[in-house]
Amino acid sequence: MKNRKLGQYTWYCYLVPALFFYAVFMAWPLADSIRLSLYSASGPAGAGRTFVGFDNYIRLFTDPDTSARFWGAFGNTWYFFFINMVCQNVLAIVFALMLSERTMKGSRVYQTIIFIPVTLAILVTGYLWKLILNPQWGAIAQILTKLDLKELVKPWLGDERYALTTVALVSSWQWVGIPAMMFFAGLQNIPDELLEAAEIDGASKLGKILSIRLPLIKPVIGIVTILTFVNNFNAFDVVFAMENANGAPSYSTDLIGTLFYRVGIAGQHPVGIPNPGLGSAIATSTFIMLMAGVVGILGLTKSEK
Amino acid sequence: MKSSPSLKWQNRHLGSHITLSLWALVVLFPIWTMIVNSFKFKLDIYKDPFGLPKKWNFDSYGSVFRDSDFFMYFRNSLAVTVGSIILVLVLGSLASYAIVNWKNRQTRFIYLFFIAGMMLPLKIGSIKLLEMVKALGLLNSIWALFPIYIAMGLPIAVFVLTQFITDIPYELTEASVIDGASRLRIYAQIIIPMIQPALATVGIYNLVPFWNDLWFPLIFINNEESKTLLLGVTRLFGQYQTDWSKVLAVLTLSAIPVILLYLTMSRQFIKGLTAGAVKG
Repeated sequence: MKNRKLGQYTWYCYLVPALFFYAVFMAWPLADSIRLSLYSASGPAGAGRTFVGFDNYIRLFTDPDTSARFWGAFGNTWYFFFINMVCQNVLAIVFALMLSERTMKGSRVYQTIIFIPVTLAILVTGYLWKLILNPQWGAIAQILTKLDLKELVKPWLGDERYALTTVALVSSWQWVGIPAMMFFAGLQNIPDELLEAAEIDGASKLGKILSIRLPLIKPVIGIVTILTFVNNFNAFDVVFAMENANGAPSYSTDLIGTLFYRVGIAGQHPVGIPNPGLGSAIATSTFIMLMAGVVGILGLTKSEK
Repeated sequence: MKSSPSLKWQNRHLGSHITLSLWALVVLFPIWTMIVNSFKFKLDIYKDPFGLPKKWNFDSYGSVFRDSDFFMYFRNSLAVTVGSIILVLVLGSLASYAIVNWKNRQTRFIYLFFIAGMMLPLKIGSIKLLEMVKALGLLNSIWALFPIYIAMGLPIAVFVLTQFITDIPYELTEASVIDGASRLRIYAQIIIPMIQPALATVGIYNLVPFWNDLWFPLIFINNEESKTLLLGVTRLFGQYQTDWSKVLAVLTLSAIPVILLYLTMSRQFIKGLTAGAVKG
């Protein structure tokens, strides 16, 4: 008996390698970023770091120059999230409703096509659309010119008024496949009898959607919202590819992700030296907001039991 | 019976087909222009951006292969992606095997600790990771990417694999236990073959983010020899900027491997990339 109990502890040999990598390279850096946000900018190799309390946060939220960038990026990220929710996720629900009709033909072919962009690198998507949207040589401009709609050709990526929306729409184009297939899987789980019963009761197509299909996939809606929220508040690649890490033109596409990169990793113009303390303050604020958001969304979309 | 003609009409889903076909066009059009224009001469791209090339131009591909470090970038990405996925699967399945078979409060906690990582974006911890990578002397080396990708891949691995191992019927392992087979042998000869579909799901789930990751190579790697494919693409995009045919050749070359893999096993990709969403 004693031997057997001892034997149980050899399970640690199976657990420890995975735990090691996960704890050291994921849990620890995430947790320690919170501590770093309470320290001043360090010298090379971490020397000369001093504890400054909440100074980084105070600077981030109130210092005229720094906070202007932060609140700008904050607002832009919310707008980016909003466009993605409206375009990407609404399209995804519409596609999933169409694809999951029992009598729908060719559903698989459509699914395969809708999902293709998900497998592309964001960088490649961004570069590709940047070429397509080029107001002089790009394909869209040429189509519009041929249709005699030349006045609709705009510097979509060069004009502050359109740049962020354009970038967000490209992001929606790329990711719509994931929520579409999640909704699709959720809709497939609805038992046929339920829909047949509604049919016998004389429910219309729209009636079935509103009273049965959508309410039953409410938990999936929650998960999709969370995924969109978390991914959008970390978005970086799409702006980096289509504009640059400065969120051009004049910071109109600057997101939390690009701001974090400039401040904490690459160094801001004109100083060019990264500030890990301030960067960690951005990371920690984002982290707290993500946690609050995730808990809130989960609470709102729990399936009633 | 009276409603049957209208029902038949409804079952054709004309509106759905129109909507989905239009979207299919929106999806395929950029990819089509990317591929066909990479085979055109500069001027032909401008004259006719949508049709098949009248004169095929293979020079862009030739010069990308000749003058750039494309193959080196490709090799680096392949090594990092395949190596990390294998390690995620090995470490993840070992840990899941232990979590399922050694049930107590500790392993319950360890399980939840892993699962918490599914929603956490590791990007947020980048400043600390950068310091760690510097301290370990791994800056500018592809070795910096392995531990980070392994850590990123483990939560979903533990989540999916523990479910599958739990579902293995007890009778299957019982006989081996009575025969005195060691744990490691049961793991290798019974567990691993039984959970192959789950291993495929986890592998595919991680394949796309590892292969397509820009962020970590961007902040860790600066020297040419260690650059991954995407990092190389950023360099070549800038370098060839005015020569669209070359730029498109680079983009096509970097996108085609994953697209082809996807088209040959699209079901597994869709299942893998949406894994955990509905159960969660």
